[in-house]
Amino acid sequence: MMGSGLDRFYPWLPFWTLLRKEIRRFWRVATQTILTPIVTASLYLFVFGATLGTRLSVIEGFSYAQFVIPGLIIMGVINNSFANTSSSLFMSRYLGGIVELLVTPVTPTQFIMAYTLAAMIRGLLVGTIVWLISTLFAGLPWASPLFAILMAMTASFLFAQFGLIAAIYANNFDTLSMFSNFVILPLIYLGGVFYPVSILPAPWRALSYFNPLFYLIDGFRHAIIGVGDTSYLVAFGVSATLAATLFVWAAWMIGKGYRLRS
Amino acid sequence: MSSVLFVKSGRSPLLRDGWGRLYSRAMDALTIDNLHKSYDGKEVVKGISFSIGQGEIFGLLGPNGAGKSTTINMIVGVAKLGAGQISAFGYDNQRDYRKTRQMLGVVHQEIVIDNFFTIDQAMKLHSGYYGVKDDPAWRAMLIQRLGLEPYLDKVMLKLSGGLKRRFMIAKALIHRPKLLILDEPTAGVDVELRHGLWDFVREINRQGTTILLTTHYLEEAEQMCDRIAIMNHGELIALEETQELVRRLSSRQLRLWLEQPLAELPAGLDFYAPKLEEEGRLLLLNLPAGVRAGDLLAQICGLEIKISDIETEQSGLEEVFIQLTGMQGMSA
Repeated sequence: MMGSGLDRFYPWLPFWTLLRKEIRRFWRVATQTILTPIVTASLYLFVFGATLGTRLSVIEGFSYAQFVIPGLIIMGVINNSFANTSSSLFMSRYLGGIVELLVTPVTPTQFIMAYTLAAMIRGLLVGTIVWLISTLFAGLPWASPLFAILMAMTASFLFAQFGLIAAIYANNFDTLSMFSNFVILPLIYLGGVFYPVSILPAPWRALSYFNPLFYLIDGFRHAIIGVGDTSYLVAFGVSATLAATLFVWAAWMIGKGYRLRS
Repeated sequence: MSSVLFVKSGRSPLLRDGWGRLYSRAMDALTIDNLHKSYDGKEVVKGISFSIGQGEIFGLLGPNGAGKSTTINMIVGVAKLGAGQISAFGYDNQRDYRKTRQMLGVVHQEIVIDNFFTIDQAMKLHSGYYGVKDDPAWRAMLIQRLGLEPYLDKVMLKLSGGLKRRFMIAKALIHRPKLLILDEPTAGVDVELRHGLWDFVREINRQGTTILLTTHYLEEAEQMCDRIAIMNHGELIALEETQELVRRLSSRQLRLWLEQPLAELPAGLDFYAPKLEEEGRLLLLNLPAGVRAGDLLAQICGLEIKISDIETEQSGLEEVFIQLTGMQGMSA
Protein backbone atom coordinates (compact mmCIF):
# COMPACT_ATOMS: atom_id res chain seq x y z
CA MET A 1 0.00 0.00 0.00
CA MET A 2 2.66 2.45 1.08
CA GLY A 3 5.38 3.49 -1.25
CA SER A 4 4.05 1.30 -4.01
CA GLY A 5 5.16 3.87 -6.59
CA LEU A 6 2.65 2.21 -8.88
CA ASP A 7 0.28 5.14 -9.11
CA ARG A 8 -0.07 6.33 -12.63
CA PHE A 9 1.79 9.53 -13.37
CA TYR A 10 -0.11 12.12 -15.41
CA PRO A 11 2.60 14.42 -16.81
CA TRP A 12 0.30 17.44 -17.33
CA LEU A 13 -1.64 17.10 -14.10
CA PRO A 14 0.93 19.24 -12.22
CA PHE A 15 0.24 22.08 -14.68
CA TRP A 16 -3.56 21.88 -14.41
CA THR A 17 -3.33 21.67 -10.66
CA LEU A 18 -1.08 24.71 -10.41
CA LEU A 19 -3.35 26.63 -12.79
CA ARG A 20 -6.41 25.71 -10.75
CA LYS A 21 -4.65 26.73 -7.57
CA GLU A 22 -3.58 30.08 -9.03
CA ILE A 23 -7.13 30.83 -10.20
CA ARG A 24 -8.58 29.83 -6.86
CA ARG A 25 -6.04 32.00 -5.11
CA PHE A 26 -7.32 35.21 -6.69
CA TRP A 27 -10.91 34.05 -6.75
CA ARG A 28 -10.98 33.47 -2.99
CA VAL A 29 -10.07 37.10 -2.42
CA ALA A 30 -12.17 38.41 -5.31
CA THR A 31 -13.08 41.55 -3.38
CA GLN A 32 -9.43 42.58 -3.59
CA THR A 33 -8.52 41.08 -6.93
CA ILE A 34 -11.61 41.63 -9.07
CA LEU A 35 -13.98 44.02 -7.32
CA THR A 36 -11.44 46.70 -6.32
CA PRO A 37 -10.03 47.19 -9.84
CA ILE A 38 -13.57 47.30 -11.22
CA VAL A 39 -14.61 49.97 -8.73
CA THR A 40 -11.51 52.00 -9.61
CA ALA A 41 -12.21 51.71 -13.33
CA SER A 42 -15.87 52.59 -12.77
CA LEU A 43 -14.86 55.76 -10.95
CA TYR A 44 -12.64 56.72 -13.87
CA LEU A 45 -15.55 55.96 -16.22
CA PHE A 46 -17.84 58.14 -14.16
CA VAL A 47 -15.39 61.06 -14.03
CA PHE A 48 -14.32 60.92 -17.67
CA GLY A 49 -17.43 59.45 -19.19
CA ALA A 50 -20.33 61.11 -17.44
CA THR A 51 -18.93 64.37 -16.09
CA LEU A 52 -15.74 65.82 -17.60
CA GLY A 53 -15.99 63.74 -20.72
CA THR A 54 -19.00 65.57 -22.06
CA ARG A 55 -17.00 68.80 -22.17
CA LEU A 56 -13.87 67.30 -23.77
CA SER A 57 -13.14 66.12 -27.26
CA VAL A 58 -9.69 64.93 -28.28
CA ILE A 59 -10.41 63.09 -31.53
CA GLU A 60 -12.87 64.26 -34.10
CA GLY A 61 -15.96 62.14 -34.39
CA PHE A 62 -15.62 60.48 -30.96
CA SER A 63 -16.72 61.46 -27.51
CA TYR A 64 -14.02 61.61 -24.84
CA ALA A 65 -15.68 58.62 -23.15
CA GLN A 66 -15.26 56.58 -26.33
CA PHE A 67 -11.62 57.64 -26.45
CA VAL A 68 -10.82 56.88 -22.84
CA ILE A 69 -12.70 53.57 -22.40
CA PRO A 70 -10.26 51.41 -24.42
CA GLY A 71 -7.42 52.92 -22.38
CA LEU A 72 -9.17 52.10 -19.11
CA ILE A 73 -9.88 48.55 -20.26
CA ILE A 74 -6.26 47.89 -21.19
CA MET A 75 -5.12 49.56 -17.96
CA GLY A 76 -7.26 47.08 -16.02
CA VAL A 77 -5.80 44.19 -18.02
CA ILE A 78 -2.22 45.36 -17.46
CA ASN A 79 -2.49 46.14 -13.75
CA ASN A 80 -4.25 42.91 -12.86
CA SER A 81 -2.11 40.58 -14.93
CA PHE A 82 0.94 42.12 -13.31
CA ALA A 83 -0.57 42.04 -9.83
CA ASN A 84 -1.49 38.38 -10.09
CA THR A 85 1.88 36.88 -10.98
CA SER A 86 3.88 39.36 -8.95
CA SER A 87 1.94 39.00 -5.71
CA SER A 88 1.43 35.26 -5.99
CA LEU A 89 5.05 34.40 -6.71
CA PHE A 90 6.45 37.00 -4.33
CA MET A 91 4.24 35.86 -1.42
CA SER A 92 5.18 32.31 -2.15
CA ARG A 93 8.88 33.22 -2.01
CA TYR A 94 8.40 35.47 0.99
CA LEU A 95 6.45 32.97 3.09
CA GLY A 96 8.45 29.97 1.89
CA GLY A 97 5.54 28.18 0.21
CA ILE A 98 7.55 28.05 -3.01
CA VAL A 99 9.59 25.22 -1.47
CA GLU A 100 6.50 23.01 -1.49
CA LEU A 101 6.29 23.49 -5.23
CA LEU A 102 10.01 23.17 -5.96
CA VAL A 103 10.11 19.61 -4.61
CA THR A 104 7.36 18.42 -6.97
CA PRO A 105 7.70 17.26 -10.59
CA VAL A 106 6.27 20.58 -11.90
CA THR A 107 8.54 21.57 -14.82
CA PRO A 108 9.71 25.17 -15.36
CA THR A 109 7.53 25.33 -18.49
CA GLN A 110 4.45 24.23 -16.56
CA PHE A 111 5.35 26.66 -13.81
CA ILE A 112 5.48 29.67 -16.15
CA MET A 113 2.44 28.55 -18.15
CA ALA A 114 0.24 28.11 -15.09
CA TYR A 115 1.23 31.41 -13.49
CA THR A 116 0.90 33.25 -16.81
CA LEU A 117 -2.44 31.75 -17.75
CA ALA A 118 -3.99 32.48 -14.35
CA ALA A 119 -2.74 36.08 -14.55
CA MET A 120 -4.15 36.43 -18.06
CA ILE A 121 -7.51 35.08 -16.93
CA ARG A 122 -7.66 37.62 -14.10
CA GLY A 123 -6.48 40.52 -16.29
CA LEU A 124 -8.85 39.72 -19.15
CA LEU A 125 -11.73 39.13 -16.75
CA VAL A 126 -11.26 42.58 -15.22
CA GLY A 127 -10.92 44.09 -18.72
CA THR A 128 -14.14 42.41 -19.86
CA ILE A 129 -16.10 43.61 -16.83
CA VAL A 130 -14.76 47.16 -17.24
CA TRP A 131 -15.93 47.05 -20.86
CA LEU A 132 -19.38 45.78 -19.84
CA ILE A 133 -19.76 48.61 -17.31
CA SER A 134 -18.50 51.12 -19.87
CA THR A 135 -21.47 50.32 -22.12
CA LEU A 136 -23.55 52.30 -19.62
CA PHE A 137 -21.55 55.39 -20.53
CA ALA A 138 -20.79 55.03 -24.24
CA GLY A 139 -21.03 52.51 -27.05
CA LEU A 140 -17.88 51.51 -28.94
CA PRO A 141 -17.59 50.89 -32.69
CA TRP A 142 -15.32 47.78 -32.35
CA ALA A 143 -13.51 48.38 -35.64
CA SER A 144 -11.40 45.17 -35.49
CA PRO A 145 -12.60 43.01 -32.58
CA LEU A 146 -10.14 40.18 -33.24
CA PHE A 147 -7.16 42.49 -33.25
CA ALA A 148 -8.46 44.13 -30.06
CA ILE A 149 -8.59 40.72 -28.37
CA LEU A 150 -5.11 39.91 -29.68
CA MET A 151 -3.73 43.17 -28.24
CA ALA A 152 -5.45 42.60 -24.88
CA MET A 153 -4.02 39.08 -24.72
CA THR A 154 -0.55 40.34 -25.63
CA ALA A 155 -0.81 43.00 -22.92
CA SER A 156 -1.84 40.50 -20.26
CA PHE A 157 0.84 38.00 -21.34
CA LEU A 158 3.50 40.69 -21.32
CA PHE A 159 2.60 41.95 -17.85
CA ALA A 160 2.26 38.46 -16.46
CA GLN A 161 5.91 37.95 -17.45
CA PHE A 162 6.87 41.31 -15.98
CA GLY A 163 5.11 40.30 -12.75
CA LEU A 164 7.13 37.07 -12.57
CA ILE A 165 10.35 38.99 -13.13
CA ALA A 166 9.43 41.60 -10.49
CA ALA A 167 8.54 38.87 -7.98
CA ILE A 168 11.88 37.15 -8.52
CA TYR A 169 13.93 40.34 -8.13
CA ALA A 170 11.96 41.88 -5.28
CA ASN A 171 13.38 41.34 -1.81
CA ASN A 172 10.56 43.00 0.06
CA PHE A 173 7.10 44.51 -0.38
CA ASP A 174 8.58 47.97 -0.97
CA THR A 175 10.57 46.87 -3.99
CA LEU A 176 7.56 45.06 -5.34
CA SER A 177 5.29 48.08 -5.02
CA MET A 178 8.00 50.20 -6.63
CA PHE A 179 7.55 48.18 -9.81
CA SER A 180 3.87 49.09 -10.00
CA ASN A 181 4.11 52.64 -8.66
CA PHE A 182 7.29 53.81 -10.34
CA VAL A 183 7.36 51.76 -13.52
CA ILE A 184 3.91 50.65 -14.61
CA LEU A 185 1.82 53.57 -13.38
CA PRO A 186 3.90 56.37 -15.04
CA LEU A 187 4.25 54.34 -18.23
CA ILE A 188 0.47 53.84 -18.40
CA TYR A 189 -0.33 57.48 -17.69
CA LEU A 190 2.29 58.73 -20.14
CA GLY A 191 1.38 56.05 -22.67
CA GLY A 192 -1.79 57.75 -23.82
CA VAL A 193 -4.60 56.33 -21.74
CA PHE A 194 -6.13 59.76 -21.13
CA TYR A 195 -4.92 61.72 -24.16
CA PRO A 196 -3.78 60.96 -27.70
CA VAL A 197 -0.02 61.19 -27.93
CA SER A 198 -0.47 63.12 -31.21
CA ILE A 199 -1.64 66.22 -29.30
CA LEU A 200 1.63 66.46 -27.34
CA PRO A 201 4.34 69.01 -28.29
CA ALA A 202 7.11 67.52 -30.47
CA PRO A 203 9.75 66.49 -27.91
CA TRP A 204 7.19 64.82 -25.65
CA ARG A 205 5.53 63.08 -28.55
CA ALA A 206 8.87 61.71 -29.73
CA LEU A 207 9.61 60.53 -26.20
CA SER A 208 6.27 58.72 -26.03
CA TYR A 209 7.35 56.49 -28.88
CA PHE A 210 9.95 55.01 -26.51
CA ASN A 211 7.24 54.03 -24.06
CA PRO A 212 6.33 50.42 -24.82
CA LEU A 213 2.91 50.90 -23.26
CA PHE A 214 2.04 53.48 -25.86
CA TYR A 215 1.97 50.69 -28.48
CA LEU A 216 -0.25 48.45 -26.36
CA ILE A 217 -2.69 51.23 -25.54
CA ASP A 218 -2.71 52.76 -28.99
CA GLY A 219 -2.97 49.42 -30.78
CA PHE A 220 -5.88 48.33 -28.60
CA ARG A 221 -7.72 51.65 -29.00
CA HIS A 222 -7.02 51.66 -32.74
CA ALA A 223 -8.65 48.22 -33.01
CA ILE A 224 -11.72 49.43 -31.11
CA ILE A 225 -12.40 52.92 -32.45
CA GLY A 226 -10.62 52.53 -35.78
CA VAL A 227 -8.29 55.50 -35.29
CA GLY A 228 -4.75 55.36 -33.92
CA ASP A 229 -1.33 56.98 -33.92
CA THR A 230 0.42 53.87 -35.23
CA SER A 231 -0.43 51.02 -37.56
CA TYR A 232 -1.64 47.62 -36.31
CA LEU A 233 1.60 46.07 -37.51
CA VAL A 234 3.83 48.43 -35.56
CA ALA A 235 1.64 48.29 -32.44
CA PHE A 236 1.55 44.50 -32.42
CA GLY A 237 5.17 44.11 -33.56
CA VAL A 238 6.58 46.21 -30.74
CA SER A 239 4.28 44.70 -28.09
CA ALA A 240 4.91 41.11 -29.18
CA THR A 241 8.67 41.64 -29.34
CA LEU A 242 8.68 43.03 -25.82
CA ALA A 243 6.42 40.24 -24.59
CA ALA A 244 8.73 37.63 -26.14
CA THR A 245 11.79 39.29 -24.58
CA LEU A 246 10.27 39.33 -21.12
CA PHE A 247 9.11 35.73 -21.55
CA VAL A 248 12.64 34.58 -22.43
CA TRP A 249 13.97 36.50 -19.43
CA ALA A 250 11.41 35.01 -17.02
CA ALA A 251 11.80 31.53 -18.51
CA TRP A 252 15.57 31.69 -18.19
CA MET A 253 15.35 32.65 -14.52
CA ILE A 254 12.71 30.07 -13.64
CA GLY A 255 14.47 27.37 -15.66
CA LYS A 256 17.70 28.08 -13.81
CA GLY A 257 15.90 28.40 -10.49
CA TYR A 258 17.44 31.87 -10.17
CA ARG A 259 16.60 33.22 -6.68
CA LEU A 260 14.13 30.36 -6.30
CA ARG A 261 16.47 27.45 -5.58
CA SER A 262 19.36 28.33 -3.27
CA MET B 1 43.10 9.94 16.52
CA SER B 2 41.73 11.02 13.20
CA SER B 3 37.99 11.32 12.89
CA VAL B 4 38.17 9.69 9.46
CA LEU B 5 38.66 6.36 11.18
CA PHE B 6 35.05 6.41 12.24
CA VAL B 7 33.73 6.35 8.70
CA LYS B 8 33.11 2.81 7.65
CA SER B 9 33.02 2.56 3.91
CA GLY B 10 32.04 -1.08 3.56
CA ARG B 11 28.52 -2.23 4.28
CA SER B 12 27.01 -5.64 4.46
CA PRO B 13 25.29 -6.48 1.18
CA LEU B 14 22.15 -7.59 2.99
CA LEU B 15 19.94 -5.78 5.43
CA ARG B 16 16.85 -6.69 7.38
CA ASP B 17 13.63 -4.89 6.64
CA GLY B 18 10.99 -4.01 9.20
CA TRP B 19 9.67 -7.57 9.15
CA GLY B 20 13.08 -9.03 9.75
CA ARG B 21 13.37 -10.23 6.18
CA LEU B 22 16.69 -9.93 4.43
CA TYR B 23 16.82 -7.89 1.28
CA SER B 24 19.56 -6.96 -1.10
CA ARG B 25 21.02 -3.58 -1.80
CA ALA B 26 20.79 -4.20 -5.54
CA MET B 27 19.23 -0.77 -6.02
CA ASP B 28 19.66 1.78 -3.29
CA ALA B 29 16.87 4.17 -2.40
CA LEU B 30 19.37 6.99 -2.41
CA THR B 31 22.98 7.33 -3.47
CA ILE B 32 24.99 10.46 -2.79
CA ASP B 33 28.35 10.71 -4.40
CA ASN B 34 30.95 13.33 -3.53
CA LEU B 35 28.44 16.06 -2.83
CA HIS B 36 29.67 19.63 -2.42
CA LYS B 37 27.95 22.91 -1.79
CA SER B 38 29.17 26.41 -1.07
CA TYR B 39 27.31 29.57 -0.12
CA ASP B 40 29.08 32.90 -0.60
CA GLY B 41 32.43 31.20 -0.98
CA LYS B 42 32.04 29.16 2.21
CA GLU B 43 31.90 25.42 1.69
CA VAL B 44 29.05 24.01 3.78
CA VAL B 45 29.00 20.48 2.35
CA LYS B 46 32.47 19.08 1.68
CA GLY B 47 32.33 16.06 -0.55
CA ILE B 48 30.10 13.66 1.31
CA SER B 49 29.08 10.25 -0.03
CA PHE B 50 26.66 7.67 1.30
CA SER B 51 23.88 5.34 0.22
CA ILE B 52 20.60 4.40 1.79
CA GLY B 53 19.23 0.93 1.11
CA GLN B 54 15.59 0.37 0.30
CA GLY B 55 13.54 -0.20 3.43
CA GLU B 56 16.05 1.39 5.79
CA ILE B 57 15.43 4.02 8.43
CA PHE B 58 18.50 6.16 8.08
CA GLY B 59 19.43 8.96 10.46
CA LEU B 60 21.47 11.96 9.40
CA LEU B 61 22.66 13.68 12.55
CA GLY B 62 24.88 16.57 13.37
CA PRO B 63 24.98 19.84 15.26
CA ASN B 64 23.34 22.99 13.91
CA GLY B 65 25.11 24.23 10.81
CA ALA B 66 26.65 20.83 10.04
CA GLY B 67 25.16 20.84 6.53
CA LYS B 68 22.28 18.38 7.06
CA SER B 69 19.52 20.61 5.77
CA THR B 70 21.63 21.78 2.85
CA THR B 71 22.22 18.14 1.94
CA ILE B 72 18.50 17.40 2.16
CA ASN B 73 17.68 20.49 0.13
CA MET B 74 19.99 19.28 -2.61
CA ILE B 75 18.40 15.82 -2.55
CA VAL B 76 14.87 17.17 -2.95
CA GLY B 77 15.77 19.95 -5.39
CA VAL B 78 15.29 23.05 -3.27
CA ALA B 79 19.02 23.78 -3.45
CA LYS B 80 21.11 23.45 -6.59
CA LEU B 81 23.93 20.90 -6.56
CA GLY B 82 27.32 22.46 -5.95
CA ALA B 83 29.16 19.42 -7.30
CA GLY B 84 28.68 15.68 -7.15
CA GLN B 85 25.80 13.40 -7.93
CA ILE B 86 22.57 12.33 -6.30
CA SER B 87 20.41 9.47 -7.49
CA ALA B 88 17.21 8.05 -6.13
CA PHE B 89 16.16 4.49 -7.02
CA GLY B 90 18.64 4.55 -9.87
CA TYR B 91 17.51 7.89 -11.35
CA ASP B 92 19.70 10.98 -11.44
CA ASN B 93 18.05 13.81 -9.55
CA GLN B 94 19.15 16.42 -12.11
CA ARG B 95 18.59 14.62 -15.41
CA ASP B 96 15.52 12.65 -14.34
CA TYR B 97 14.25 15.12 -11.76
CA ARG B 98 10.60 14.44 -12.51
CA LYS B 99 11.10 10.73 -11.78
CA THR B 100 13.10 11.25 -8.60
CA ARG B 101 10.72 13.87 -7.23
CA GLN B 102 7.78 11.53 -7.77
CA MET B 103 9.49 9.00 -5.55
CA LEU B 104 10.51 11.41 -2.80
CA GLY B 105 8.34 12.97 -0.14
CA VAL B 106 9.80 15.61 2.11
CA VAL B 107 8.82 17.28 5.37
CA HIS B 108 10.87 20.43 5.77
CA GLN B 109 12.14 21.73 9.06
CA GLU B 110 10.38 25.07 8.65
CA ILE B 111 6.62 24.92 8.82
CA VAL B 112 5.37 26.03 5.44
CA ILE B 113 1.68 26.50 4.89
CA ASP B 114 -0.54 28.16 2.37
CA ASN B 115 -3.10 30.20 4.23
CA PHE B 116 -5.46 30.26 1.29
CA PHE B 117 -6.48 26.65 1.63
CA THR B 118 -7.91 24.16 4.08
CA ILE B 119 -6.14 20.89 4.92
CA ASP B 120 -8.32 18.91 2.56
CA GLN B 121 -7.92 21.29 -0.36
CA ALA B 122 -4.17 21.56 0.13
CA MET B 123 -3.77 17.77 0.16
CA LYS B 124 -5.72 17.40 -3.08
CA LEU B 125 -3.61 20.10 -4.70
CA HIS B 126 -0.39 18.50 -3.52
CA SER B 127 -1.37 15.18 -5.06
CA GLY B 128 -1.94 17.00 -8.35
CA TYR B 129 1.47 18.69 -8.26
CA TYR B 130 2.94 15.20 -8.15
CA GLY B 131 0.93 14.16 -11.21
CA VAL B 132 -1.10 11.66 -9.19
CA LYS B 133 -4.89 11.69 -9.28
CA ASP B 134 -6.60 12.30 -5.97
CA ASP B 135 -7.28 9.03 -4.14
CA PRO B 136 -9.99 9.85 -1.57
CA ALA B 137 -9.47 6.61 0.36
CA TRP B 138 -5.74 7.20 0.71
CA ARG B 139 -6.25 10.85 1.63
CA ALA B 140 -8.83 9.87 4.25
CA MET B 141 -6.45 7.26 5.67
CA LEU B 142 -3.62 9.78 6.07
CA ILE B 143 -5.96 12.34 7.59
CA GLN B 144 -7.29 9.78 10.02
CA ARG B 145 -3.87 8.36 10.96
CA LEU B 146 -2.47 11.81 11.67
CA GLY B 147 -5.51 12.90 13.63
CA LEU B 148 -6.44 15.73 11.29
CA GLU B 149 -10.12 14.84 10.88
CA PRO B 150 -11.55 17.52 13.20
CA TYR B 151 -9.65 20.28 11.39
CA LEU B 152 -10.38 19.52 7.75
CA ASP B 153 -12.32 22.67 6.99
CA LYS B 154 -10.10 25.02 8.96
CA VAL B 155 -7.87 27.46 7.16
CA MET B 156 -4.32 26.56 8.05
CA LEU B 157 -3.44 29.87 9.62
CA LYS B 158 -5.63 28.86 12.55
CA LEU B 159 -3.96 25.52 13.26
CA SER B 160 -1.51 24.98 16.12
CA GLY B 161 2.16 24.24 15.46
CA GLY B 162 1.75 20.51 16.17
CA LEU B 163 -1.20 20.25 13.81
CA LYS B 164 0.67 22.06 11.07
CA ARG B 165 3.51 19.57 11.50
CA ARG B 166 1.14 16.62 11.24
CA PHE B 167 -0.46 18.17 8.21
CA MET B 168 2.95 18.54 6.56
CA ILE B 169 3.65 14.85 7.12
CA ALA B 170 0.28 13.84 5.67
CA LYS B 171 0.91 16.09 2.69
CA ALA B 172 4.39 14.65 2.11
CA LEU B 173 2.85 11.17 1.86
CA ILE B 174 -0.08 12.05 -0.40
CA HIS B 175 1.65 10.77 -3.57
CA ARG B 176 2.89 7.59 -1.86
CA PRO B 177 6.63 8.33 -2.01
CA LYS B 178 9.07 5.45 -1.82
CA LEU B 179 11.52 7.53 0.20
CA LEU B 180 10.24 9.85 2.90
CA ILE B 181 12.63 12.56 4.08
CA LEU B 182 11.95 14.09 7.46
CA ASP B 183 14.04 17.11 8.40
CA GLU B 184 13.65 17.60 12.16
CA PRO B 185 10.02 16.45 12.09
CA THR B 186 9.63 16.58 15.85
CA ALA B 187 11.22 19.98 16.50
CA GLY B 188 8.88 21.92 18.75
CA VAL B 189 6.43 19.04 19.02
CA ASP B 190 5.27 17.81 22.43
CA VAL B 191 6.36 14.43 23.80
CA GLU B 192 3.07 12.62 23.24
CA LEU B 193 2.80 13.73 19.65
CA ARG B 194 6.45 12.85 19.07
CA HIS B 195 5.82 9.27 20.10
CA GLY B 196 2.75 9.13 17.89
CA LEU B 197 4.71 10.44 14.94
CA TRP B 198 7.53 7.96 15.37
CA ASP B 199 5.06 5.08 15.66
CA PHE B 200 3.55 6.23 12.41
CA VAL B 201 6.96 6.52 10.75
CA ARG B 202 7.80 2.96 11.86
CA GLU B 203 4.51 1.75 10.48
CA ILE B 204 4.98 3.24 7.03
CA ASN B 205 8.54 1.94 7.04
CA ARG B 206 7.24 -1.57 7.72
CA GLN B 207 4.96 -1.13 4.74
CA GLY B 208 7.96 -0.49 2.52
CA THR B 209 8.76 3.23 2.63
CA THR B 210 12.42 4.07 3.11
CA ILE B 211 13.02 6.82 5.67
CA LEU B 212 15.74 9.44 5.87
CA LEU B 213 15.47 11.59 8.96
CA THR B 214 17.34 14.22 10.84
CA THR B 215 16.59 14.90 14.47
CA HIS B 216 18.04 16.66 17.46
CA TYR B 217 16.64 14.02 19.78
CA LEU B 218 19.46 11.50 19.78
CA GLU B 219 17.58 9.05 21.90
CA GLU B 220 14.94 8.87 19.20
CA ALA B 221 17.53 8.44 16.49
CA GLU B 222 19.05 5.59 18.51
CA GLN B 223 15.69 3.88 18.81
CA MET B 224 14.49 4.53 15.28
CA CYS B 225 17.42 4.26 12.91
CA ASP B 226 18.99 1.18 11.34
CA ARG B 227 22.02 3.22 10.43
CA ILE B 228 23.30 6.61 11.42
CA ALA B 229 25.52 9.09 9.65
CA ILE B 230 26.96 11.97 11.62
CA MET B 231 27.85 15.21 9.89
CA ASN B 232 29.96 17.99 11.29
CA HIS B 233 31.29 21.08 9.53
CA GLY B 234 30.03 19.76 6.20
CA GLU B 235 31.82 16.42 6.48
CA LEU B 236 30.64 12.94 7.23
CA ILE B 237 32.45 11.87 10.40
CA ALA B 238 30.65 8.62 11.12
CA LEU B 239 28.48 6.20 9.20
CA GLU B 240 27.55 2.92 10.80
CA GLU B 241 24.77 0.69 11.94
CA THR B 242 23.32 2.34 15.01
CA GLN B 243 23.97 -0.46 17.49
CA GLU B 244 27.49 -0.88 16.22
CA LEU B 245 28.22 2.82 16.51
CA VAL B 246 26.91 3.02 20.04
CA ARG B 247 28.61 -0.19 21.10
CA ARG B 248 31.97 0.70 19.64
CA LEU B 249 32.13 4.27 20.78
CA SER B 250 30.10 4.47 23.91
CA SER B 251 31.59 3.87 27.32
CA ARG B 252 30.16 2.94 30.67
CA GLN B 253 30.74 4.91 33.79
CA LEU B 254 31.46 3.16 37.06
CA ARG B 255 30.21 5.05 40.12
CA LEU B 256 31.80 3.83 43.35
CA TRP B 257 30.44 5.03 46.70
CA LEU B 258 33.27 4.85 49.25
CA GLU B 259 33.17 4.01 52.94
CA GLN B 260 35.91 6.56 53.72
CA PRO B 261 36.06 9.84 51.76
CA LEU B 262 39.26 10.34 49.75
CA ALA B 263 41.16 13.59 49.89
CA GLU B 264 42.84 13.08 46.53
CA LEU B 265 42.56 10.80 43.51
CA PRO B 266 44.21 7.44 43.95
CA ALA B 267 47.30 6.86 41.82
CA GLY B 268 47.36 4.43 38.89
CA LEU B 269 43.81 5.04 37.66
CA ASP B 270 44.55 7.78 35.12
CA PHE B 271 43.50 5.54 32.23
CA TYR B 272 39.93 5.59 33.54
CA ALA B 273 39.72 9.40 33.82
CA PRO B 274 38.91 9.32 37.54
CA LYS B 275 36.89 12.06 39.24
CA LEU B 276 35.89 12.63 42.85
CA GLU B 277 32.51 13.97 43.82
CA GLU B 278 30.27 14.24 46.89
CA GLU B 279 33.19 15.49 49.03
CA GLY B 280 35.36 12.57 48.12
CA ARG B 281 32.76 9.87 48.81
CA LEU B 282 31.93 9.18 45.15
CA LEU B 283 34.62 7.98 42.75
CA LEU B 284 33.71 8.16 39.05
CA LEU B 285 35.60 6.04 36.55
CA ASN B 286 35.09 5.69 32.80
CA LEU B 287 35.04 2.16 31.54
CA PRO B 288 35.90 2.11 27.84
CA ALA B 289 34.39 -0.52 25.55
CA GLY B 290 36.47 -3.70 25.77
CA VAL B 291 37.60 -3.24 29.37
CA ARG B 292 36.09 -5.60 31.90
CA ALA B 293 34.58 -4.08 35.04
CA GLY B 294 35.92 -7.03 37.07
CA ASP B 295 39.52 -6.20 36.17
CA LEU B 296 39.04 -2.61 37.21
CA LEU B 297 37.41 -3.61 40.50
CA ALA B 298 40.25 -5.98 41.28
CA GLN B 299 42.71 -3.16 40.71
CA ILE B 300 40.77 -0.86 43.04
CA CYS B 301 40.58 -3.50 45.74
CA GLY B 302 44.35 -3.74 45.45
CA LEU B 303 44.52 -0.04 46.34
CA GLU B 304 42.73 -0.85 49.59
CA ILE B 305 39.81 1.42 48.90
CA LYS B 306 36.64 0.28 50.67
CA ILE B 307 33.56 0.35 48.49
CA SER B 308 30.07 0.62 49.99
CA ASP B 309 28.03 0.64 46.78
CA ILE B 310 28.49 0.31 42.99
CA GLU B 311 26.48 1.85 40.17
CA THR B 312 27.15 1.71 36.43
CA GLU B 313 25.84 4.03 33.76
CA GLN B 314 25.75 3.23 30.06
CA SER B 315 26.33 6.14 27.72
CA GLY B 316 24.29 6.27 24.55
CA LEU B 317 24.34 7.97 21.22
CA GLU B 318 24.31 11.32 22.93
CA GLU B 319 27.78 10.76 24.35
CA VAL B 320 29.03 9.24 21.10
CA PHE B 321 27.73 12.27 19.30
CA ILE B 322 29.43 14.74 21.63
CA GLN B 323 32.60 12.71 21.53
CA LEU B 324 32.66 12.66 17.73
CA THR B 325 31.62 16.21 17.00
CA GLY B 326 33.80 17.52 19.81
CA MET B 327 36.78 15.70 18.35
CA GLN B 328 36.09 17.11 14.97
CA GLY B 329 35.96 20.57 16.49
CA MET B 330 39.38 20.11 18.06
CA SER B 331 41.02 18.70 14.98
CA ALA B 332 39.65 21.47 12.75
